Amino acid sequence: MTQVIIMLAVGLIAGIAGAILGLGGGIIITPVLTLAMGINIKYAIGASIIAVIATSSGATIAYLRDNVLNLRVAMFLEIFTTIGAILGAILNGILSPVVLYLIFGLLLIYSGYNMIRKLRAGSEILRRVHPDPIAEKLELNSSYYDKAADKTVDYQVEHVPAGATVMFGAGIASGLLGIGSGAFKVMALDTFMKMPLKPSTSTSNLMMGVTAAASATVYFFNGSIQPLIAVPLALGILVGATMGSRIMQILPSRWIRIIFVPIIFYIGLQMFLKGFGVNI
Amino acid sequence: MDNKDAKNAEEEKISKEMAQVEIMIGQILRIGVIISAVIMLIGFIAYGIQGSTGLPSHGAVTITAIATGLLSFKSGSVMMLGLFCLILTPVLRVVVSIYAFYVEKDSLYVWITSAVLVILLFALFIGHS
Repeated sequence: MTQVIIMLAVGLIAGIAGAILGLGGGIIITPVLTLAMGINIKYAIGASIIAVIATSSGATIAYLRDNVLNLRVAMFLEIFTTIGAILGAILNGILSPVVLYLIFGLLLIYSGYNMIRKLRAGSEILRRVHPDPIAEKLELNSSYYDKAADKTVDYQVEHVPAGATVMFGAGIASGLLGIGSGAFKVMALDTFMKMPLKPSTSTSNLMMGVTAAASATVYFFNGSIQPLIAVPLALGILVGATMGSRIMQILPSRWIRIIFVPIIFYIGLQMFLKGFGVNI
Repeated sequence: MDNKDAKNAEEEKISKEMAQVEIMIGQILRIGVIISAVIMLIGFIAYGIQGSTGLPSHGAVTITAIATGLLSFKSGSVMMLGLFCLILTPVLRVVVSIYAFYVEKDSLYVWITSAVLVILLFALFIGHS
């Protein structure tokens, strides 16, 4: 019974945080399940993949309704992540995960550094950039209504090929390493494609559910998903993500970025060290 | 002048139609999530009453094991059904998006989203076999 209550509580917190930051909540859930509760890593990963889908589905309803996320960007890039995820699953055992850990660890650290630069630069006002021909052709430029700033923000999308490449790599990494790819998705959208933070995290939220659904059935049928762990967790997350998707919209982007920076540094460092066989 | 009015009316009609489609999509997605949550909750309460899941605690879960468990209303099978519905909600999102782009007459994105659906179904198929 205590385990159930802990699961509901962990889910609630992970759901709120995941919805705000565009992450799957794996960094909260996996350590709590394995380190604090002594649950087998196999079941923790199974629970974590369910958590990604629950966060995504709970948050996306509000983000779609309030027009925060960019559906075109999500669907176009989803082609690359899903193909990457399939390739990652096929390459399992052929491709060395060490290289991926190092590359993605460094990319996340770079992304964290970039976010600090954006924080230093002050306001989140979007620089008017050279119109990107690919973004225009794919009609990716859009606008969203920022509830915190009480205004509609128009934005342009840049560097579509770079973003697509990162998304493809993120797909391979999630298929091969079984890790959540929320942090990579936010990085591709925010750091590489220069989207504002709120559309970035909400679009990442929509996308990560679709990517996770592809691998979730594998875990579902190989016995990694324990209903007594996954169900209370999922129920907590659905409530938390619904709350988080409302909180995110009234939070100033700057605050979200301030929460994001230490987390992205942590994940980046963790992955980089894992490449050298060090677990933190 | 009449021509301009007609054009405005037409645009207004399209944007109204799109707003309706967006509301409908939101509702379909909400219903999908609520259905999976309710099934999980029922299974969870049933577990509290039955005291066991009625599923083997280790090893692969087969569709037949879940189906037979469902017939006798075993709590574990009901929870697994709820989780499976939850896994399908992102797929539902892609399907509904195809329809949304179709209504918006955005054929490029009808194609792009359909491609995502095909890749996703392919992945689901690989996962199962």
